Amino acid sequence: MPAVAAADIERIFREEYGRAVSVLVRVFGDIDIAEESVQEAFTVAVRRWPDDGLPPSPAGWIITTARNRAIDRLRREAARQDKHAQAALLHAHNEPVEVGPVRDDRLRLIFTCCHPALGRAAQVALTLRLIGGLSTPEIARAFLVPEPTMAQRLVRAKGKIRDAGIPYRIPPEAELPGRLRAVLTVVYLIFNEGHLTRADLCAEAIRLGRLLVELMPDEPEVRGLLALMLLTESRRPARTGPDGALVRLADQDRTRWNRELIAEGQGLVRQCLRRNQPGPYQIQAAINAVHSDAATAADTDWQQILALYDQLLACEPTPVVALNRAVAVAEIDGPQAALNLANKLDLDGYYLFHAIRADLLRRLGRTDEAALSYQAALDRTENTAEREFLRQHTG
Amino acid sequence: MRQYMLSVHMVDGSPQRSPEAIQQLYQQVDGFNAELLAAGSWVFGGGLLPPDAATVVRASGGAVLTTDGPFAEGKEHIGGFWVIRAPDLDAALAWAGKASLACEDPVEVRPFQEEAED
Repeated sequence: MPAVAAADIERIFREEYGRAVSVLVRVFGDIDIAEESVQEAFTVAVRRWPDDGLPPSPAGWIITTARNRAIDRLRREAARQDKHAQAALLHAHNEPVEVGPVRDDRLRLIFTCCHPALGRAAQVALTLRLIGGLSTPEIARAFLVPEPTMAQRLVRAKGKIRDAGIPYRIPPEAELPGRLRAVLTVVYLIFNEGHLTRADLCAEAIRLGRLLVELMPDEPEVRGLLALMLLTESRRPARTGPDGALVRLADQDRTRWNRELIAEGQGLVRQCLRRNQPGPYQIQAAINAVHSDAATAADTDWQQILALYDQLLACEPTPVVALNRAVAVAEIDGPQAALNLANKLDLDGYYLFHAIRADLLRRLGRTDEAALSYQAALDRTENTAEREFLRQHTG
Repeated sequence: MRQYMLSVHMVDGSPQRSPEAIQQLYQQVDGFNAELLAAGSWVFGGGLLPPDAATVVRASGGAVLTTDGPFAEGKEHIGGFWVIRAPDLDAALAWAGKASLACEDPVEVRPFQEEAED
């Protein structure tokens, strides 16, 4: 038997929590019972595994132990006429306990966490908790929310799932596109939350993205989202300078980009292209893949990027997409053409709108107006890396 | 089976519907009611008169106080409701979508505390 260190158990907990909870939610039809029993099983594991060694299938051991312990406890409670326990036992009685094919269990739980009857903040918190296995304090820290607030958000969301009768179910074909979009939005939101500051949140989002690709291999947008996250993440080492200020794509030291992530991301983009069912995430991933191909900023194939932005704007006609397209236009038709496009957009509250206008004005030699726009951008972001970048340009 | 209340939320002062439009609306709602009945999901339902027909009765300290008008003076009021039986929220939301389409107003879905008797 291999020796088991506390760190191993912690890693297994993080990796297998979601799988175990998903199976037990199916068995008992109740999230709280599932979570409590999985926690209990890991407590037993911490006690036993260092002496007994790692079981051949740690996840299987956790699931079986959790189930057996929960049934013992529910029997005691059911004997005291606890209706909730009786219902959970009845549910468990009718559910087969196969530990092997948990694919559908996890998918079911993901769709439950991202159900449209739950608010976006609740969807994010539930997904990180139940699928990602993050603790409540970890989620609270990641979203800069006091721990009791996050705990309350999770309790309320789980309460609504139970009380309103949100089913554990993979949505039927007709509803799948819309429901899948919500799942992808949640994962990308987690990624973006970590984009400039929290590398661990990005890693978690990528882990969720990989899981989704594994669970839904035939959905091209799932693959597109993973590719987009990997390609964005590949630039993390070059994205901030030694002073903590944001470094723009054009100014980044491209030798610091993570080649492994780029190769994986570009591979996924190629798979998407072969499939030829484009969607917003795939197109954004393709845009990032073009950037990743360029050894220097001057080598960037802007014509291809503009063509991709045209395609993205067609399927997602939002001002933010139009603004990003204007950046590509600047590289082809010059800053004045881009400024004309940007000036038509109603994005006054968005810091990047002002930062991009500032850059275009600077390139046109209109330095006074540029300084005003940098200041306007500075007034609209709280992020320190972004603020540091802008401050260097306002002076 | 669970039970849900689907309530129709109307905003005061929204533009008056023409008699033809009202006639069509009634037909739509009748069709929805028939569909609920046929599916065995109907428990109860009906339209309500406007809130100026409402009276609030409040028992407090052994006395009963009666006041004219709705409980909350506001811009919105409940125009009617259904009570339906459904296996889960997804089924209830699907009925609510059809209800909203029929009555042309937003519909709120709220679960009952107790499950329906089967």
